[in-house]
Amino acid sequence: MLKEFTKGLIKENPVFIIVLGLCPALGVSTKVINSLGMGAGVIFVLLGSNIFVSLLKNFIPEKVRIPAYIVIIASFVTIVEMVMEAFLPALYDSLGVFVPLIVVNCIILGRAEAFANKNTVKASILDALGMGLGFTLALVIIALVREVFGLGTITLFPMGSFNGVIEIPGLIDSPVRVFGLAAGALLVMGLLKALFTWIEDIRRVKQ
Amino acid sequence: MSYIGIIITFVFINNFILTQFLGLCPFIGVSKNVESAVGMGFAVTFVMALASISSWVIYHYVLVPLDIVFLQTISFILVIAALVQFVELVIQKISPALYKALGIFLPLITTNCAVLGIALINVRNDYNALESFIAGIAAGLGFLLAILLMSTIRVKLDTEWVPKPFRGIPIAFITGGLMALAFMAFDNALLKNLLG
Repeated sequence: MLKEFTKGLIKENPVFIIVLGLCPALGVSTKVINSLGMGAGVIFVLLGSNIFVSLLKNFIPEKVRIPAYIVIIASFVTIVEMVMEAFLPALYDSLGVFVPLIVVNCIILGRAEAFANKNTVKASILDALGMGLGFTLALVIIALVREVFGLGTITLFPMGSFNGVIEIPGLIDSPVRVFGLAAGALLVMGLLKALFTWIEDIRRVKQ
Repeated sequence: MSYIGIIITFVFINNFILTQFLGLCPFIGVSKNVESAVGMGFAVTFVMALASISSWVIYHYVLVPLDIVFLQTISFILVIAALVQFVELVIQKISPALYKALGIFLPLITTNCAVLGIALINVRNDYNALESFIAGIAAGLGFLLAILLMSTIRVKLDTEWVPKPFRGIPIAFITGGLMALAFMAFDNALLKNLLG
């Protein structure tokens, strides 16, 4: 049972291994906090849609299942949109159009189609948590590389006297700005994907 | 903004793939050969133009009068899904040849972020009907341009030596990154110089 949870983190990581959900992965990963916010939104929607698809799997007719899944997913996305706009307006603004675009994140529809409609609710919850955390992990890794090199900072949530921004000495004064731009996102993603492929190859040779 | 301004903005300056990261999945997935890339590009342009117009109608004649703007995301995605099904049926009836060329791409387009993206961006930019339609076509053409360039580069890359971990998807991303660097030459200053 635990395997359903851990598989999404590394072995079947949705972004680096299966290569899904790329648009938000690159679009919002300019700052670590944006990645965390996006990840939280996706985990919530994925959890909700996996639970409902798995509960309704015997009631949804085979032929209209995709539109039905889309309605379920879109409902949860609307909840995320409203909650985020009300309580985290700054994050909502910086994620921009990518919040409603969680609807078309292929990971969510993919998990509904490939997993939740054939498995129990409990397994679907674990699957959703694992895949969601794997997605968040991937986004945070991309954002860490981009923010540290592109801005010379690491932006987290402000807590108490800590304003949420860690400054990297040396890079803060002369950051490599291209990492923060569109081109940098694609280059970083290419290099990270190559790194993951390389690690995977080494592991396979050892076995 | 003038219509030419909208076209230049969406094709070059805010190119959906290379600066906005909308529609990356087909950009990486369907760019292995030129023919299917062009097919995908035209199918997306077609659906984006229709989606822009129909989402504009839904937004201004249904959502706003009934004061249910919060249902925007759900209604847009349903309109797009229905539209894609409808386009598929119509093309199948009218032109089997075109259906053969575009058919396999159409189901994929429902979950293409670029299509829902243009519908949402039109609303955010407060465009009128004609501006939405033009923005839809221009964003689609920008997508077509990027995927066409990418596929021609990838065909050439097939015959070149690439380090093993970079083969396939990673080198495609790096290529995309270099294309995005080139597209940085198109910025708002360019638009200002062109249109005065």
